[in-house]
Amino acid sequence: MAFRDRIAAFKPLVFVLCLLPLAHLAWDAVHGTLGTDPVAQLEHRSGDWALRLLLATLAITPLRRISGWHKAIRFRRMLGLFAFFYVSVHLAIYLAIDLGGFWSQLLGEIVKRPYITVGFAAWLLLIPLALTSTQKMMRRLGRRWQQLHRLAYLIALLGVLHYFWLVKADHREPALYLAIWVVLMCARLPLKMPTPRRPPANAAVLLKD
Amino acid sequence: MRRIRSKNPPPSAITPEPVYRRRREVLKLLGLGATALAAGCGSEAAPPTPAAPETSVPGRPLTVGSHVDNADGAVQTTFQDATHYNNFYEFGTGKGDPAANSGRFQPRPWSLEIAGLAEKTGHLTLEDILKGQALQERIYRMRCVEAWSMVIPWAGFPLADLLKRCKPLASAKYVAFTTVERPAQMPGLAYPVLDWPYREGLRIDEAMHPLTLLAVGIYGRELPNQNGAPLRLVVPWKYGFKGIKSIVKIEFVERQPQTTWNMAAADEYGFYSNVNPAVDHPRWSQKTERRIAGTGFNLFGNRIATLPFNGYAEQVAHLYAGMDLRKYF
Repeated sequence: MAFRDRIAAFKPLVFVLCLLPLAHLAWDAVHGTLGTDPVAQLEHRSGDWALRLLLATLAITPLRRISGWHKAIRFRRMLGLFAFFYVSVHLAIYLAIDLGGFWSQLLGEIVKRPYITVGFAAWLLLIPLALTSTQKMMRRLGRRWQQLHRLAYLIALLGVLHYFWLVKADHREPALYLAIWVVLMCARLPLKMPTPRRPPANAAVLLKD
Repeated sequence: MRRIRSKNPPPSAITPEPVYRRRREVLKLLGLGATALAAGCGSEAAPPTPAAPETSVPGRPLTVGSHVDNADGAVQTTFQDATHYNNFYEFGTGKGDPAANSGRFQPRPWSLEIAGLAEKTGHLTLEDILKGQALQERIYRMRCVEAWSMVIPWAGFPLADLLKRCKPLASAKYVAFTTVERPAQMPGLAYPVLDWPYREGLRIDEAMHPLTLLAVGIYGRELPNQNGAPLRLVVPWKYGFKGIKSIVKIEFVERQPQTTWNMAAADEYGFYSNVNPAVDHPRWSQKTERRIAGTGFNLFGNRIATLPFNGYAEQVAHLYAGMDLRKYF
């Protein structure tokens, strides 16, 4: 197979890596090795990976700024779409497996439970982002594309809140995710980064004075 | 006052049909006829408890005098699940932490302090407590506040038996319980996720109720450390966290004692914490629960309706006559 460049060659690898958590989950489900409460395991693990991928997507911009490896941008769409995929899997597990037979409970749950409200809102907000993730839509939307896709900051925060609000007492893990979100947000503040510049042509003259 | 259903609905009304059918199949496999099923709540002809595996179990077998099924013939949780999926934050907040981190805990020798408003107070060893006390096996549903549930065969005796021996004074209106606090043996204590030591409490009539059990065993053996060795409370009509583990102190008091989860979040965990599908946890529904039972692996159909007082309304609802259960949740 001939790839356009090295990034294009790495993309299938990243694709497969992103599918591994799901494959692991499916393996455990088929072999009955999900532990005592398999439904909870399916929910927790799919949710963990949804959150991790949301944050990984948000990590691309700071990574480019810090490392100067600008081509990292070419992995962002895939990570973002996989984040949407895992949020959808997470939701599907909740609906099809956990609530199974008690769907009448669903509407009330979305309205009454803040953690489900924000989780569901995050999934809804991801839909327009997934739909406008193509090159064609990027071109068509122009500047508005970027404005729209800044929703990813809010979506990741909703994901962290969703986790925070369902924990009973030990908030260490959701706090870690929140800290990562805060760091990733701070890392995109418009700080003046020392950009290496060519010395002016008359530098030697200036230094002499 | 809210009207409380006094009759237990038949299992077919609370369980999706496929699960209910599977249960029957399991019971058939166990060689039980319709008589055992019809015997129902409180029957002496309880289905035999699956024996805990001989090799991997540290606890010694216990001799129990009688077997009572208070779970209406429901399929039991496996020994493995009931002993490896626990909330015992003193050993860590993960469900597998208590089994993984409680190996260093020493449940023997044990000393229980009896204090407060009673004629006989002081320290009792486990041997003092168990002397002349016939053990019973009771199969109870256990409903966690996190909306999952198990069916567990406990071995123990009514708490009332011990409390009566202490001759509580008329002024004793409540009973307060305290869990042991040993940082060297309980790694979870290093992090103040709760206000240690763990404390629980019951109104004296709840504590004296015949269903309230002081357990020393599970599945016919001594309690493993992760299940609250050597002495724990089981109050089947309340959320699981009321069943305080590894008790070192029982105190008779006049006023409602402080309880750990209530101190952590008073709007979420009430003093009573009776299982009640009509009063939701502020953050999640209590209408249904995921039943963890049996060995058959099935992802679907584990969710069942939660019953008022966890299905023990007939026996305990009178304790709360006239009380607004939304206020006293």
